[in-house]
Amino acid sequence: MKDARASFDPVTLAAIAAAAVLLVGAPFVFYPLFLTKVLCYALFACAFNLLLGSCGLLSFGHAAYFGTAAYVAGHAAKVWGLPFEACLALGVMASAALGAVFGYISIRRQGIYFAMITLALAQMIYFLALQLPFTGAEDGLTAIPRGKVLGLFSLDDPLVLYFTTLCLFVGALMLIHRITHSTFGQILRAIRDNEPRAISLGFEANRFKLQAFVLSAALVGLAGANKAIAFKLATLTDVHWSTSGSVILMTLLGGLGTLLGPFVGALVVVTLENYLADSGLPIQAVIGGIFILCILLFRRGIVGEAQGWVETLRRRRAG
Amino acid sequence: MSTQALFGQLLVGLINGSFYAMMSLGLAIIFGLLGVTNIAQGAFYMMGAVFSWLMLRELGIGYFYALLLSPILVGLIGAAVEKTLLSRIYKLDHMYGLLLTFGVLMFTQGMFIYWMQTAGRPYPVPPELAGGFNLGFMYLPKYRAWVVLASLVICFATWFAIEKTALGRTLRAATENPALTRAFGVNVPALMTIGFGVGVALAGAAGVLAAPIYTVSPLMGADLIIVVFAIIVIGGMGSILGSIVTSVGLGLLEGLAKVVYPQGSNMVVFVVMIAVLLVKPAGLFGRER
Repeated sequence: MKDARASFDPVTLAAIAAAAVLLVGAPFVFYPLFLTKVLCYALFACAFNLLLGSCGLLSFGHAAYFGTAAYVAGHAAKVWGLPFEACLALGVMASAALGAVFGYISIRRQGIYFAMITLALAQMIYFLALQLPFTGAEDGLTAIPRGKVLGLFSLDDPLVLYFTTLCLFVGALMLIHRITHSTFGQILRAIRDNEPRAISLGFEANRFKLQAFVLSAALVGLAGANKAIAFKLATLTDVHWSTSGSVILMTLLGGLGTLLGPFVGALVVVTLENYLADSGLPIQAVIGGIFILCILLFRRGIVGEAQGWVETLRRRRAG
Repeated sequence: MSTQALFGQLLVGLINGSFYAMMSLGLAIIFGLLGVTNIAQGAFYMMGAVFSWLMLRELGIGYFYALLLSPILVGLIGAAVEKTLLSRIYKLDHMYGLLLTFGVLMFTQGMFIYWMQTAGRPYPVPPELAGGFNLGFMYLPKYRAWVVLASLVICFATWFAIEKTALGRTLRAATENPALTRAFGVNVPALMTIGFGVGVALAGAAGVLAAPIYTVSPLMGADLIIVVFAIIVIGGMGSILGSIVTSVGLGLLEGLAKVVYPQGSNMVVFVVMIAVLLVKPAGLFGRER
C-alpha cells in the first residue's frame, strides 16, 4: 500500500501551505485570544468529525467530553496547582475514560437512536456538573491559572498562548489525518458505508466504533482542556446540549468528512458569535437559521462545495 | 417522610408522565410516517403554552378555548414547517431530519427568547378547576386531576384514531409502505403533512395543559425533549400503548425519586435508559432495528 502522506495532491498542498502562512501570521493582525478560541473550537469540531465523517456516527452529546475535560483541567490547575501539560493530560484522560463508558453504552443502538442516547447521556453530565461540588454549579470554575508551557514561557502572554494552542491543534490534526488514512480509518469507512458487509468480512464493527469513539472523545478532551486553561474558565455552557449542537453545525457548515472543513466551520461560527454578541440580534435564532439553510442548500459544507468546484474545473480542463 | 409528600410527588410524576406520553406519542407518529426524529417537539410544546398565554392576555380567550385553538395553531405551524422544509429532505439519511429539526428548534427558541426573554410568565388555573379535594391521605388539586384525565383522554383518542378508524388505517399503511399506499391512490405527501401537524399538535396540547402548572417560558421545552428521547430509547417506538405505559411509569419513578433521593431525580430516567441498553438494547417494547 502506498504511504498515506503521498496521497496529497498539489491543490491540497497549496491550501495547506497557505493555511500555515495564515495561521502563523494571523496573531500579528488579529486579536490572539480570539484566534485561540477559534483553534480550540476547530479542534473540537475536527475531533467530532473523526466520529461523524469517518465512522458515520452522529453524536449529539460531544459537549460532555469537552466540558468534562474543561472542568478536570481547570480543577487540576486551580486547586491542585499542576503544570499546564499535566492539566491537559488529565483532561484528555478524563474525557477518554468517559468516552469509553458512554461509547460502550451508546454503540448498542444505531442511527438516530445513537444520537438520542448520546444526547441523553450528555444531559446526565450536565446535571452532574450542576450538582457536584467541584464544578462551581452556575458560576463554573473561574480564574483558572494558566501557568507556563514546558515550565518556561508564561501562557499569560497572548502570543505564547496562541502558538502553544496552534502547536496542539496542528499536532492533533496530523494525528486525525494519520488515523483517517490508516487501515483503521478504512475499516471505519467500510463500517460507515455498509456495516453488515464489514461484519461479514470479519471485522468486529462494535470494537472499531468504540475505538473511534474513544479517540474522538480524547481529542475533544484536548480541545476542552486547552479552552479551559486559555480562557481561565469552565462553565455549564461547556457541557450544555447547545454546545453539542454548535459543534455539529461547525462540522456541517465547514464540510462533513473533510480535513479542513471543521476548521473553516469553527472559524465562521466563532466569528459570527463574536460579531453577533454586540449586535443585539438573537444569536441562537441566527445560528438555527444557518443550520436550516446549510442542510437545505449546501449539505457538503463550504470546503466540500469548494472541493466539488475544483473537481468540476479539473474535469472540464481534462476533457 | 409524610404520605402527603409522597403522594404529592407521585401525582407530579403522573402528570409529567402524561406529558411525556403525549410528546412521545407525537414523536412516534412523526417518526413512523416521515422518518424524522423531531427534536423540535420541545419547541412545539413551548409554543402551545406560549400561545395559550398570549390568547388569554391579548385576546381574552379562556383556558378551554385555548386548549382547542392553541394545539390547532401549533399543528398549522407544524404543517407549514413540514411543507416548506422537511419535505425536501426525505430522500436523505435520517440524520438530516434530526439536524434540520434541530435547526428549527434553535431558530424558534431563539426567536421566542429574543421576543419575550427567558423569565417565566404565570398562567392562572382556570376558575372552573380551582380548588381541590381532600382525599384524607393527600390533597388533590382539581387542576392536576384534570390534567391527568385530559391527557389520558387525548392519548386514548389518538390511539383509537390510529388503530380503529379509516384515516388511521391509511396512516398505518403509509407508515408501513408509502410507495404501495401511493399506488392505491392515497395522497401520501398530504398525509405526511397532516401527520406532522397532528404529531406536533399533541406536543402543543401538552404545553397548554402544562401552562398553569409550570410557568410559561421559551425554555420550558428545551430539557423536556431530552428526557422524552431517553424514554423512547427505553420503550422503543414500535407500540403506542407501550410508549404510553413507559412514559407514565418513568414519570412516576421520577416522582418517587424526588421523595427518596431528590438530588438524583432528574437523572433517574437516564439511569434506567443505561440499564435497559445494557440488558435489552432494543428497548422494552422495541424490535431490533
